[in-house]
Amino acid sequence: MVDFLLGPFADNEFLRQSLMAGILVACICAVAGTFVVLRGLAFVGDALAHGVVPGVATATLLGVSGIFGAAIGAIVMMTGVALVSRRFRMSSDTSIGLLFVGMLALGVIITSRSSSFSGDITEILFGEVLGISDADLWWQAVALMVVGAIAWVCRRPFLLLSIDEGLAQTSGFSVHRYHNMMLGMVALTVVASFQTVGTLLVLGMLIAPAATGVLFARRVSTVMLTAAGVGILSTYVGLLLSYHADLAAGASIILVTVLIFALCAIVVEIQRWRGHRKDIHHDHEQPHIHAQVHL
Amino acid sequence: MSANIIASSLAVGYGHRPIVSDIDFVLEPGALMVLIGSNGSGKSTLLKTLAGLLTAQSGSVHVLGDVPGAQPARVAYLPQHPVSSHTLPLRVRDVVAMGRFAHRGLMRRTTTRDASIVSDVMKRTGADAFSTLPLRDLSGGQQQRTHLSQVLVREAEVLLLDEPTAGLDVSGRRAVADLILQERSRGVIVVMATHELDDAETADLVMLLAQRVVAQGTPAQALSDAALRACFGFTQPH
Repeated sequence: MVDFLLGPFADNEFLRQSLMAGILVACICAVAGTFVVLRGLAFVGDALAHGVVPGVATATLLGVSGIFGAAIGAIVMMTGVALVSRRFRMSSDTSIGLLFVGMLALGVIITSRSSSFSGDITEILFGEVLGISDADLWWQAVALMVVGAIAWVCRRPFLLLSIDEGLAQTSGFSVHRYHNMMLGMVALTVVASFQTVGTLLVLGMLIAPAATGVLFARRVSTVMLTAAGVGILSTYVGLLLSYHADLAAGASIILVTVLIFALCAIVVEIQRWRGHRKDIHHDHEQPHIHAQVHL
Repeated sequence: MSANIIASSLAVGYGHRPIVSDIDFVLEPGALMVLIGSNGSGKSTLLKTLAGLLTAQSGSVHVLGDVPGAQPARVAYLPQHPVSSHTLPLRVRDVVAMGRFAHRGLMRRTTTRDASIVSDVMKRTGADAFSTLPLRDLSGGQQQRTHLSQVLVREAEVLLLDEPTAGLDVSGRRAVADLILQERSRGVIVVMATHELDDAETADLVMLLAQRVVAQGTPAQALSDAALRACFGFTQPH
């Protein structure tokens, strides 16, 4: 049993690298994902994840770092969304949707110019978790520190923004500045994570663990810790599944995060149902207590 | 340092479209101004302008001797329907404590004084009864009490309240009226938007709005039959 659970990681250097990368991505996504879930920015996160595709595709064609291309793609996406929604007075989801499909289509067209079209696009969309280098790990560690620092410094305006933009503004925090800081943090998270889980699946790592934390936790720090725990567990189980059952590694990790969320949601629902039944039972046994309250 | 609100020939609106023009009033410390009107009458627009969330279209407005929005620690604003009340998993006490962020800024640590202010206000509003519950699990009235507590912990000199009694039952509305009285007694200026004519009973100044200032004055002057008919198309039963 121990060999089944730990053997693959003990025997394979590349799997240990993948696990390390997955843990770092889980921690980055836990921090950024908590605010994405609290502020309801899932669609922006999805759009940013797809917005980096043309950048990565161009970088691949030019033979430069995909991370550099992804960063340029994320900046173009964020600027485009801000420009369209402000200049043409459209709702943010319309402008995000426009840029989202436009950038994704551009990414596919650029990749189609490559000689190994299907291989490149698959790698961008689904990641290459089993091909992580030391340099990638260092870059992810730096990204984790930067994302953590942004979240720590901006925690107050980020929390107020999660309740109401007017509340943040009238508390002395510029909505424009801190909204952009939050988007920048999400963009950095996407850029740091896409190599591990791919642009198509990074949203799963951003949303599912944080959503699981929100099911149980009552404080932001606990939501983040729960999200990190779920993300790390998913990475381990996903890689193990991928190794033993010969499944796609990135997709296995994300599927496990969503399954953990589903299991936790069922547990919460059962707890609620039992609590409700207990209340009804209590009402039948001691009606006089409620009568006193009503008096 | 001026401790009042002065609006002169003020026009408020969105973009370049004015919604209400020719607004004039002066509010001294302890005053209560109640804005009454139907949906879209301009109540929230005027409140947002006083809070600094919208720019005045023309005329002038000064809040505590400064342009609106310049003194976040001294002016508190309660939005109409805080966006994420139904989804936010955070504890009520933590949500209320966020009201102190205006005083602490980005990095300054919260103190024991902040904690004791939060506890005192939650006792006054009754929010201490559900302080450990997550905001999303509360009823509309309890959520409203939480948001009102968050505004009160600011210890501001001006309270801008957009429909603070929305979703509250009769006793809840009475409790809000009492809280407003307490705040006024320590010199706080309160500007409140409401649909309820009863909320204007103790006001110093009532402004009846219908995309223009229909009437303005004491409750008796502003809520005359003629003014109410012009604003709503009906009069108050006697």
